[in-house]
Amino acid sequence: MTPRPGLVLEVDRSTPPTLFWHGERFALERLPEGSRVVYAPEPLPALEDPPGAIRHALLHPLGDREPLPALLRPGMRLTICFDDVSLPLPPMQAPDVRQLVIEQVLDMAAEAGVDDVVLVAALALHRRMTEAELRHALGDRIYDAFAPHGLLTQHDAEDPSNLVHLGTTDKGEDVEINKRAATSDLVVYVNINLVAMDGGHKSVATGLASYRSLRHHHNPATMLHSRSFMDAPSSELHSSNWRMGRLIADSGVKIFQIETTLNTDTFPRQFGFLQRREWEWSLRDRAAYVATAAALDRTPPRLARQIFHAIRAPHALVSVQAGEVEAVHAVTTANVWKQQGVEVDGQTDILTMGLPYISPYNVNSIMNPVLVACLGLGYFFNLYRGRPLVRKGGVVIMHHPTPWEFHPGHHPSYIDFFEEVLSVTTDPVEMSKTYEESFATDPWYVHLYRTGHAYHGVHPFYMWYWCAHALDHLGRVIVVGGDPAAVRRMGFSPATSLDDALEMASDVVGRSPSLTHIHTPPLLLADVR
Amino acid sequence: MTPEGFPFAKPSWPTGVPRPEPERRVGLDYAHEWSRRYPVRLARAVVLDNVTRPAARLVAPTTVRGGEHLQHVAAPVIFAANHASHLDTPLLLTTLPVRFRHRTVVAAAADYFFDRRWKAALWSFGLAAIPIERARVNRRSADVAAGLLEEGWNLVIFPEGGRSPDGWAQPFHGGAAYLARRTGRPVVPVHVNGTRLVLPKGAQGRLPRRARVSVLFGTPLSPLEEEKAPRFAARIEKAVAILADEVSSDWWSARKRAFRGETPSLRGPDAAPWRRSWALDPRPETDRDAWPSI
Repeated sequence: MTPRPGLVLEVDRSTPPTLFWHGERFALERLPEGSRVVYAPEPLPALEDPPGAIRHALLHPLGDREPLPALLRPGMRLTICFDDVSLPLPPMQAPDVRQLVIEQVLDMAAEAGVDDVVLVAALALHRRMTEAELRHALGDRIYDAFAPHGLLTQHDAEDPSNLVHLGTTDKGEDVEINKRAATSDLVVYVNINLVAMDGGHKSVATGLASYRSLRHHHNPATMLHSRSFMDAPSSELHSSNWRMGRLIADSGVKIFQIETTLNTDTFPRQFGFLQRREWEWSLRDRAAYVATAAALDRTPPRLARQIFHAIRAPHALVSVQAGEVEAVHAVTTANVWKQQGVEVDGQTDILTMGLPYISPYNVNSIMNPVLVACLGLGYFFNLYRGRPLVRKGGVVIMHHPTPWEFHPGHHPSYIDFFEEVLSVTTDPVEMSKTYEESFATDPWYVHLYRTGHAYHGVHPFYMWYWCAHALDHLGRVIVVGGDPAAVRRMGFSPATSLDDALEMASDVVGRSPSLTHIHTPPLLLADVR
Repeated sequence: MTPEGFPFAKPSWPTGVPRPEPERRVGLDYAHEWSRRYPVRLARAVVLDNVTRPAARLVAPTTVRGGEHLQHVAAPVIFAANHASHLDTPLLLTTLPVRFRHRTVVAAAADYFFDRRWKAALWSFGLAAIPIERARVNRRSADVAAGLLEEGWNLVIFPEGGRSPDGWAQPFHGGAAYLARRTGRPVVPVHVNGTRLVLPKGAQGRLPRRARVSVLFGTPLSPLEEEKAPRFAARIEKAVAILADEVSSDWWSARKRAFRGETPSLRGPDAAPWRRSWALDPRPETDRDAWPSI
């Protein structure tokens, strides 16, 4: 059956309660009559023969690129870069699409007699991946062939010996990227385009860049003018990356970009109710919901987190295209919109969202309060094209427990950021001027980033900048069910229930506001008319 | 979460959302393959032999004749019978020799027995029923039935396409004949007599009434060369009519009438309804109360 497109439901008296994510739990909330609920399109059918489709893409590249085998020759330096653990979400069931693609690239390289091959995880300032994560992304065959020889590397944005400054753009932006990639005869970049923001020149210009380079677009001014990140032509973040990407290309770095898109089949069968419309829940769905909710109520948060992070999404490959970066990305973005786009008429006074247990930066980790803010205001708020779903001066209500809890190994600088910076200011511009430099250059954070599995010292700032557009746009942010102290620390208002939150919101948007809920994940992109 | 309302109860449907046609995995679309897996066959055999058979015998003491015709025929075969009652199928299944009984599927009306999932599951399990389109010739139904015959399954089919409304048979459709021609398997004509009195059409809701019944198997028939399905269907109908004649008289008399072309039609006289009822065989012996209950 053809998958159904997304839906904007108008809540009426006979609408059943709506599912809200609440971290590692769920809630069923009855929304006021007249509210709208935006549902994601159903998953597109999977490609019947993914290896065949990948091979076809490599042999029939888009744009000004020869087929991959024609670019491979003995004696060349080949660097294969791939997206890190932040994609896709949740991690997909094995085999990961990166494994499928890279195995074919390596087959072709072996056939062409290429000896000098290095794999690089394009981390940017993210934490290094663990062996288990690398094995999951690449498969044992690749890991065992490259890792023991030191040929499976992870980009180190703080290693001066492995960075090269390629120049500055016409806007004065430094372009400094991974030296191995910059000095290769060919860079093959293997991407997973989970949302429209990913991919394109951002893959190399961000994924393989240093702090010196990243700060030109990961800053409050750029974020404020990215409206939204999901709509590249209207995103300053992307404009900057495109300028850098073109400079990289002009510097002679030859990139063969391979982009993939996945469908929205996000949760395994036992959690099928999470991606079904409530009025279509079968007896099995309802039983699964009741059993899961009851079990989670009795499960310690730590164990619940482990259970959820063990979920592997049944994501299926729906498109793969390869070739020249911009030509490829145009097709990829269209494919992402085809899967996730939902047309929505007009803005709303209140936008509600249930935040799940996972964001790009806490895979196998704790979703700390800064990441909660980033997921709600940085990501979900920005899932639009045209205009934000919520009007200027409107209210966002997020549903999440927001515990005052951090992973000391993964997010050490977040702890200090939360204690020392957010306690003084929540203004992105002010904190960037006053605190960013000291966090970014702190030798302890640099050491943890380079040798452990810690995010870079500046990363919590970037998460906060990610919220800059929303913070500037919104009249109030309310968190339902969150730790009051943690919520207040971020300048938001805590509420114990959705009804309380709506009552509080009425101070800002009046007594009879319009309300829209985004029923996600699965992910959707709102095309707001 | 209190145990009332959604999600404990069924969700209501938002008024603004048009209700889609329910996805009907029933009727011809019902997936009945499970009913022929070994564990299900085993369970069905247990039920058929230990529940269905005694229950059928209890309400309808049965005389089975003509079993010798099945001795030398190789399975699979097509059993084509007249049809007057829901009792016909369990009765026929439970009177088949063992070597046929547990490897037989029953062609059942897709619109009647498979219109709800629970019904479809019940009949698939209990009688190994498969859905057949009876209103018109349907390629899919035919493919399924032919496929099963080729896999070695025997098939029970009621060529009338439904139960008799008044006790007289309806014209035989060509399904059984077509399948025989297509698969090369023989057709065994069967006449079931008396079930109309136990559980006639339209008797839903009332208990079966005990009566003696008989099942008579005829000689297996194969289509002649260049005999088209409609002609073969007519021959099957005639064979069943001869069996009916045999039941109401004796074998020899029925044979003679058959050779003279004087076998009474299964369909009864072409007359007013009361005369058709009048012309039916006198009631076989039934167990009646000596006194009416007051």
